[in-house]
Amino acid sequence: MRVMAQIGMVMNLDKCIGCHTCSVTCKQTWTNRSGTEYMWFNNVETRPGGGYPQGWEDQDRWKGGWKRTASGRLVPKSGGRLQSLAHIFANPRLPELSEYYEPWTYEYDKLLSAPRDSQHFPVARPISQITGQPIDTVSWGPNWDDDLGGGEDVLKADPILDSISTKVKAEIEQSFMFYLPRICEHCLNPTCMAACPSGAIYKRMEDGIVLVDQDRCRGWRMCVSACPYKKVYFNHQTGKAEKCTLCYPRLEAGQPTVCSETCVGRLRYLGIMLYDADRVAQAAAVKDEKDLYQAQLDILLDPHDPAVVEAAKASGISDEWLTAAQESPLYALIKEYKLALPLHPEYRTLPMVWYVPPLSPIVDAVTASGVDAEDHRILLTTLSHMRIPMEYLAQLFSAGDTAPVELSLRKLAAMRSYMRNVNLGMEENTEAATAVGMSGEELMKMYRLLAIAKYDDRY
Amino acid sequence: MTDTQPDALPESVARLGAFLRPSAKAVNTRQIFLEGGRGADQFYRQRWSHDKVVRSTHGVNCTGSCSWNVFVKDGIITWETQNVDYPTTGPDLPEYEPRGCPRGAAFSWYTYSPTRIRYPYIRGRLLDFYREAKKKVGDPVLAWKEVVEDPVKSREYKRSRGKGGLVRATWDEAMEIAAAAHVYTTKRYGPDRMAGFSVIPAMSMISYGAGSRFYELMGGTMLSFYDWYADLPMASPQVFGDQTDVPESGDWFNAGYLIMWGSNIPQTRTPDAHFMAEARYRGQKVVAVSPDYADNTKFADEWLRVAPGTDGALAQAMGHVILKEFHVGRQEPYFLDYMKKFTDSPFLVTLKEKDGAYVPGKFLTAADLADSDLANTENASFRPLVWDAGKGITDPGGTLADHFGSEGEGKWNLTMENIDPLLSASDFGTESAEILLPRFDLPASVDQKTLGAGVMSRGVPAARVGSVLVTTVYDLLLAQYGVERPGLPGQWPTGYDDAESPGTPAWQSQFTGVPPAAAERIGREFAQNAVDSQGRSMIVMGAGTNHYYHSDTIYRTFLALTTMCGTQGVNGGGWAHYVGQEKVRPITGWAQYAFALDWIRPPRQMISAGFWYLLTDQWRYDGTPAEKLLSPLAELDWSGKSTADTLVESMKRGWMPSYPTFSRSTLLLAQEAREAGVDPAKWIVKQLEEGKLSFACEDPDNPENFPRILASWRTNLLGSSAKGAEFFYRHLVGSDSAATAKELPEDQRPESIVWRDAAGTGKVDLLMTADFRNTSTTLYSDIVLPAATWYEKDDLSTTDMHPFIHAFDAAIDPPWETRTDFAIFQDLAARVTELAKTHLGMQTDVIPTPLNHDTPDEYATPHGIVPDVAEVGLIPGKTMPKLVVAERDYTKLIDRFNSMGPLPEKAGMVTKGISFDPSPEVEQLRKMNGMADTGRPLLDTAEKACDMVLYFSGATNGRLATTGFETLEKRTGTPLSDLSAGDEEKRISIHQLHSKGAQGVITTPEWSGSEHGGRRYSAFVQNIERGRPFHTLTGRQHFYLDHDWMRDIGEAMPIFRPPLDLQVLYGEAAPGDTGNTGDGVHVAVRYLTPHHKWAIHSQYFDNLHMLTLGRGGQTVWMSPQDAEIIGVADNDWIEAWNRNGVVVARAVVSHRMPQGTVYMYHAQERTMGTPITETSGKRGGIHNSLTRILIKPSHLIGGYAQHSYAFNYVGATGNQRDEVTLIRKRSQEVSY
Repeated sequence: MRVMAQIGMVMNLDKCIGCHTCSVTCKQTWTNRSGTEYMWFNNVETRPGGGYPQGWEDQDRWKGGWKRTASGRLVPKSGGRLQSLAHIFANPRLPELSEYYEPWTYEYDKLLSAPRDSQHFPVARPISQITGQPIDTVSWGPNWDDDLGGGEDVLKADPILDSISTKVKAEIEQSFMFYLPRICEHCLNPTCMAACPSGAIYKRMEDGIVLVDQDRCRGWRMCVSACPYKKVYFNHQTGKAEKCTLCYPRLEAGQPTVCSETCVGRLRYLGIMLYDADRVAQAAAVKDEKDLYQAQLDILLDPHDPAVVEAAKASGISDEWLTAAQESPLYALIKEYKLALPLHPEYRTLPMVWYVPPLSPIVDAVTASGVDAEDHRILLTTLSHMRIPMEYLAQLFSAGDTAPVELSLRKLAAMRSYMRNVNLGMEENTEAATAVGMSGEELMKMYRLLAIAKYDDRY
Repeated sequence: MTDTQPDALPESVARLGAFLRPSAKAVNTRQIFLEGGRGADQFYRQRWSHDKVVRSTHGVNCTGSCSWNVFVKDGIITWETQNVDYPTTGPDLPEYEPRGCPRGAAFSWYTYSPTRIRYPYIRGRLLDFYREAKKKVGDPVLAWKEVVEDPVKSREYKRSRGKGGLVRATWDEAMEIAAAAHVYTTKRYGPDRMAGFSVIPAMSMISYGAGSRFYELMGGTMLSFYDWYADLPMASPQVFGDQTDVPESGDWFNAGYLIMWGSNIPQTRTPDAHFMAEARYRGQKVVAVSPDYADNTKFADEWLRVAPGTDGALAQAMGHVILKEFHVGRQEPYFLDYMKKFTDSPFLVTLKEKDGAYVPGKFLTAADLADSDLANTENASFRPLVWDAGKGITDPGGTLADHFGSEGEGKWNLTMENIDPLLSASDFGTESAEILLPRFDLPASVDQKTLGAGVMSRGVPAARVGSVLVTTVYDLLLAQYGVERPGLPGQWPTGYDDAESPGTPAWQSQFTGVPPAAAERIGREFAQNAVDSQGRSMIVMGAGTNHYYHSDTIYRTFLALTTMCGTQGVNGGGWAHYVGQEKVRPITGWAQYAFALDWIRPPRQMISAGFWYLLTDQWRYDGTPAEKLLSPLAELDWSGKSTADTLVESMKRGWMPSYPTFSRSTLLLAQEAREAGVDPAKWIVKQLEEGKLSFACEDPDNPENFPRILASWRTNLLGSSAKGAEFFYRHLVGSDSAATAKELPEDQRPESIVWRDAAGTGKVDLLMTADFRNTSTTLYSDIVLPAATWYEKDDLSTTDMHPFIHAFDAAIDPPWETRTDFAIFQDLAARVTELAKTHLGMQTDVIPTPLNHDTPDEYATPHGIVPDVAEVGLIPGKTMPKLVVAERDYTKLIDRFNSMGPLPEKAGMVTKGISFDPSPEVEQLRKMNGMADTGRPLLDTAEKACDMVLYFSGATNGRLATTGFETLEKRTGTPLSDLSAGDEEKRISIHQLHSKGAQGVITTPEWSGSEHGGRRYSAFVQNIERGRPFHTLTGRQHFYLDHDWMRDIGEAMPIFRPPLDLQVLYGEAAPGDTGNTGDGVHVAVRYLTPHHKWAIHSQYFDNLHMLTLGRGGQTVWMSPQDAEIIGVADNDWIEAWNRNGVVVARAVVSHRMPQGTVYMYHAQERTMGTPITETSGKRGGIHNSLTRILIKPSHLIGGYAQHSYAFNYVGATGNQRDEVTLIRKRSQEVSY
């Protein structure tokens, strides 16, 4: 066992309001320079939708992430290093401007400088930030399908909808959506790093942050293709790759990342996880995709386990870090409560930004029937009537296996039922707790972490 | 340091790699651990470094009042992130940190953006004329006269507005012209011909206040905003007697049941939304009611998909279920007890015979009991009565009669000791009566006298008082809601499934589309939760239901729910109205500063909708027959009247303010009176009686009556809130207009307004705007002043969303030639003073003032019976505005601006009827901030002004809070001052806010809730827990309103009124109609303008970050079905048009939209990427180019109890949700 520490993040999608404040504060801080106009280290996607860049999840096309060979080995989907070398000068699997967007601005100065006796009221028309040429019709952006904008097109652009059996129609009666904020996953087994011909990408040993060495990067852009989350970008001014740094200059000063601290939905948790570095390759290479979630859970170590503590100390992890790992909200959300799930575990990168899946309203048919929802057990029993198909969430978070998603949602629902009785001073609802294999006390603790969620409990 | 490189190479290659790399340590073949190579980390570390962090916030447009850290490096603002150090909410509640949203996070973009206005600009043509004239006449005031009184020059420069040609100027010249214009206008036309428009002061009190102080010292008019934005819920003054008082967002967490009704919280209350998301984990059930699948719907357990504008029917059906099951059925003690104590339910109402049955009449008051001692009590006509179980007819105390006057001292409370009012006449009467009630839910037709109206028959138990038959409000309410009790006459629903009888779940379904079973169940759940939690059921409501013509009726059906379930005044319960609401927590001191009440009283304050309606000549196109809106049971004869006539009537009666007031300057009138040797008020009445003087509102196209100066700051009237924008462009500005509406034919014109064949165009001589960015308003203006941004000034911010006050702190000095609003108006005041020495000197002004709220003016109209002025005569303060004489010394304007006047100590400071004495604080401020030559405390900096606001308000000065409560205790006779006990020593100052950040406010009689002991603020807690009366006729929450106009418009009680039928009223197409006028198929759709996700009004819309995350220009959301009808795909260019104007935009096609309705998010600015339209050949319009002002007469009632005027408190709303537009695909080739 080689214990290593990883700073990771959990986002509770059930609380995400889709406001994009995280994206803006991140952009203002890190990527409002020339060459980075289109870079969103943090972006928020409306799901269903194509995401940013459009269709990033379509690994048949991008060949991001890892492939398990028949012999049980992992190779980057894009091919091994030799293959990469073969098309080093012409990487065919890069998203194009059309999949990102052509950054634009406006002729703002024309408003005030419009000459006397202009025929019309002045206007600032759009111009390309790439070419400087006028754009008559802005036709694509980084968040074009916000709030299901685009309707049918949105559903067509979402690769996940192709892979589930539930047929989703672009009809108001069936409409559903939720938001998916995304940053770099700071994977335990990052493909971007493996794919870099220059060895410019490295994962910091002390905290697992994956960074691009701006001096060594030669701009081959193999990382852009290899990252299945499309979270490495190419700076067209400097010719280097850039990506989310997990705000290490802030983390090093004891501050949370910008996206976390500015998240007004208060849905982000930051914390240290200990993992067994020796078993990373093995966990990433389990045969069945559906076992990847469990495999990753297994190599995330219990920081209270004396053996782990001893091994951690042996690896040079300080007492402060150990304490932080023990108090980590991530450990509670990921391991103890099993509320949080990894994003696309099937990419086999062992991502370290995890998500609590969202609840959603029950469908119109149930509302219309007037079933007795006054009985608040409805909160527990109607998961199957929720608008967001469970299958959809399973495709995102558990390689299609609905069991972990359902467990997570059931726990949220059980907590709500249990807490309702507490809230109204009614008899304790032990039924709700036992239904999800928890005690009332545990539900209460989970409630405090999710609902009260004080600053120090989140970070 | 060490780095790792997990890899996945064939083992041999990996081994080779490890071998080839010096210093590589491979633990196994999959990972390589490298040392060093971390120098490159420096890049991001350097980027993060900064020199200082300054606290500030964003000052207007938004009710967030979020605290931000502004980062500064090398004297340059780099970015901002949210503060997280709010005072704690305690261990069991989520905190307020962080507060912010993407709009706020993008704000620093403006600082150095290409749209920043860096220097003063003047309209070139005007500047040429002015310079030429100045050369000729020398004097600035005479030079201004030369230009504006020359019809050719005047027309020339006004016509060039909005057509480019702004030239850079110096501050000297810009301010000279501005000052000259103000002095000339005051001298020639009178001070009330100048208007200042700035909005929602709570989120930057001094920036608003510096300008308003200037205008009030001049005698100019400040224009309202809350009613104008249609954000004012008129139901609030009607029901509560209060402008708006709502829970802070943290209180949502206390609710057990939360309905988000027409309020898209994540989008419009972004920093607060988490309380809702988190409260669900406490077992709160959440219901969303909206036509579309909105951002908030995702959080709801259930979504009621309601047809736009029909929410009142749904609420009425829910009320029907609750009254039937919980009131009449289970007789839920909690509900019935609450109804008795805190509502008008037990009050007696007379029944009046009509058509063989009865109609509800007036409240029975002490004045009606001729034989009783009660008749001789003070203010007897304002003493409504109840029937006590033992004593019979009784005065329960706490009514309006006790609010003012000596007899009421110590009695104005809701304690009702030894009084047990009976809720229903069935408990004391022996009779019953069939009553007739109006309904408005029937199909409308053109030949119908009243739109969609009918009469229904119901019954009430009744008792006889002398010869009069009376019943209770509660009985009337049950009748109105169709809740049958045995033995009553009338027609009643046969059950919940009776779709014919108004009130039932099946009935509402026809209009709303919400399944009957859902309405029934949600109603029941809402009530059951209130029973289980003793009132912790809450409705969050907003623009989605509050921007309709009949929104007051929609809201009254909501408030009926929250009141009948005993949720108002309970933490976690009640109404939570969030749109455009604000809370200037230190209201008392702020009002003194901002309206210059320390120097001169009363201020001139105007209802904006009425002001713009007349100024922009929308009345010339409107002609809505007032009669069409009436109840079929109405007694007044409004035939031949238009709604414009009701506006004029209200203004002449002194119900609503009316500025400009008269056909002559008030300075001139005072001078005439002096010359005639009579009292100015008497002179004016005489002149009016003799027909030698008229009200300006009777002749708005007479150039003598034009408002001549319009100054805008902190706002964007012409690119955002201008309902009927195209009429603004034509008549106010004098520019192009795309409106196609025809002027009224002779037989439809308002009878009380002079019709001049030539409508006024370009009425305003000077459009002056201060802003930091370019908007439609700056581009139409004559003088554009470069304003400081929020990060470049000192100011104060509060909101009702959280219980803190915090400050703006300048992160950098205003760059280029920009100035703070304070500095701008200070300079203007100085320059006006200089010119005034020659041109104005000392003047006597007569200030016509409406009958005011929370004053004895509320006694002007006994029983709400509208007097016949012809019979009673003109009596200032009764049948016409009060006329107050005041001296204005224009030669001392700047001294007054810069120092505090004597009136606060001499005359007191009155807020909501409570007087505060700040004498000790004046002394403190004198010492703290220095004094002028006169010995008065200085106010010559924004920070000193902040201190005046803070020291003069109970919310920020514990001594004033406690003495205020003590004053109130004398009136109520009940203990209250313990609510601020312990805070007497607390004084919040601007320096404290700068150094310590957000501070919690103090519980104060200025507001109705309590923060005492760290509890969350909820409105009306003082009323419910302490028996402090509501400021209404009965002193309780009102279900019933008995003013003549309320009765006749059919809204004496909560009732469903559908959106205005514009097809019937104006011949517009009906939603769903299709056609083709040769340029492609069009469809008629409902046109709604909800608040935007990527802007706050027009602000941030032009911000590149927000444009990038949005779709980069004006868009209209529509359903796939409507898109298909007109052959539109996502992002296709479309044109939308109706009689009011034209919009060109791109379509966002989405299945989250209902068919038949489009959304054009509010205030997308046409300055950004808006092409020329095919329809008009002109620049495409803004969202309000398709709307128009529609006046609702019942909003204009005044001089009677809670229906009395206060600024931004009551007034005609600038509603805009009843519109229909045609929409079609246009050529995809666009030109700019």
